[in-house]
Amino acid sequence: MKQTLAILAATSLFATAAFAEGIAPGDVEFVDGAVETSLSGVPGNPEKGAELMNKGAGNCIACHSVEALAHLPFHGEVGPPLDGAGERWSEAELRGIVANAKIMFPDSMMPSFYKTTGFIRVGDGYTGKAAAAGEVAPLLSAQDVEDVVSFLVTLKYD
Amino acid sequence: MKMTKIIATVAACAFGAAASAQDGNTLFVEGEKMVTETAAPDHVEGLRTIYSGWRFRTPETQALQMDDFENPAMIFVDQALDLFNTVDGSEGRSCASCHESVEDFAGLTATMPKVIDGKLTTMEDLLNGHRAKAMGAEPWKWSGPEMQSMIALIGLQSRGMPMNVAIDGDAAPFYEQGKEMYYTRYGQLEMSCANCHEDNYGNMIRADHLSQGQINGFPTYRLKQAKLISRHNRFRGCIRDTRAETFAEGSDEFRALELYVASRSNGLSVETPAVRQ
Ligand code: HEC
Ligand code: HEC
Repeated sequence: MKQTLAILAATSLFATAAFAEGIAPGDVEFVDGAVETSLSGVPGNPEKGAELMNKGAGNCIACHSVEALAHLPFHGEVGPPLDGAGERWSEAELRGIVANAKIMFPDSMMPSFYKTTGFIRVGDGYTGKAAAAGEVAPLLSAQDVEDVVSFLVTLKYD
Repeated sequence: MKMTKIIATVAACAFGAAASAQDGNTLFVEGEKMVTETAAPDHVEGLRTIYSGWRFRTPETQALQMDDFENPAMIFVDQALDLFNTVDGSEGRSCASCHESVEDFAGLTATMPKVIDGKLTTMEDLLNGHRAKAMGAEPWKWSGPEMQSMIALIGLQSRGMPMNVAIDGDAAPFYEQGKEMYYTRYGQLEMSCANCHEDNYGNMIRADHLSQGQINGFPTYRLKQAKLISRHNRFRGCIRDTRAETFAEGSDEFRALELYVASRSNGLSVETPAVRQ
């Protein structure tokens, strides 16, 4: 009984820490390209995820077409259409693909959205200038990734 | 899959360009036929066929390049012809003081850049070298209007000739350096030239129809910017778009990349000055 309490206390402590800071890009654990644990600890918001598909550092439809976003212009053809992605892949797999697609698909052209090191001549955004010394911010925050994943999960064939 | 896409594009263009009595497949400029598609040179392992960037543009943009009266780049070519005859610098000379006619430069652009006295030399280097040595004149800015207009005028003298850039002998180390750059995945987006222009030509990336990134039509007139775009300016933009620290125009890195990219165009006609949207 005592032991159980201790474990519970430890678990909830850990959960609180994860809630506050999320999992840092360098600490994400991939198993066969998938990531089981939420990066932020906060459930994703699919509406925000849908917005990220179209803008900012997400801009997924630059390369992918998505029927559910047909009202937006200029869907790309570089990656496969994402219709039905929520049926083809589990939530954990989708999280892994968005966080770092090159683990699921070696040498993929898809950018790694939750990664901060290992780049060649990393720039300061789109300025063409060098990034300030130190780590760059990931393209998407932990919560952004969760939002995008929660949108992808809704993409089913109907 | 790539081939189907291109055929589809060509079909679409043929329809759109019907009014100008030309299909989107064949480029005649001022009645002269350009080679816009040919077997890739042996040293380009990733492509079987090379295509001019003209083949990937809309019928409206394509049409502007078929007729020199429609081609907005020709205004700059005319200005360069004036510059050719204008005295500049401490020696009191113009280009015409030494070069009887600009037509003497026929064929030169098709072989540029090339190694001269051990140095990899672009057309910009040649022009600024002559300005300094023969004219005692200030150098022109790499992507400035005087420089790129003169390069367009000189390039026009080779229009229709096949690109034929040397990659062996003295050029070999520069070729290797440029090739290495072409396949390096730069920036936070980790993309190489090859990711876009070898693996995905014919595909849309957002609103852009990806071409093979050939440079046989440079400098190109860009409608969006209403000016001539240099080769190095285009390279700089493409690398910047990968969220990378780019290289400077006129850097040794871009000279080497230019030699490599130009050699991927070997066999296509020089189309200078081409028109892009
Ligand atoms: C520069 C191009 C590019 C961008 C930008 C991009 N992707 Fe991808 N994506 C690809 C490619 C290419 C593949 C195919 C995998 C491979 O490389 O073999 C892929 C695969 C995928 C897959 C698996 C495909 C399937 O079977 O359904 C998902 C899911 C996905 N991407 C989601 C996204 C999301 C979400 C974003 C934005 C946050 C995004 N992608 C941004 C290129 C891109
Ligand atoms: C993220 C994708 C991407 C990458 C990476 C990229 N480019 Fe481009 N490039 C484009 C787009 C989009 C265009 C405009 C449409 C076209 O002509 O393909 C373009 C155009 C060009 C053009 C003009 C072609 C013409 O006919 O007008 C050249 C030359 C070129 N790129 C060279 C390069 C080189 C060299 C590299 C690597 C240093 C590179 N690109 C990397 C996307 C890219």
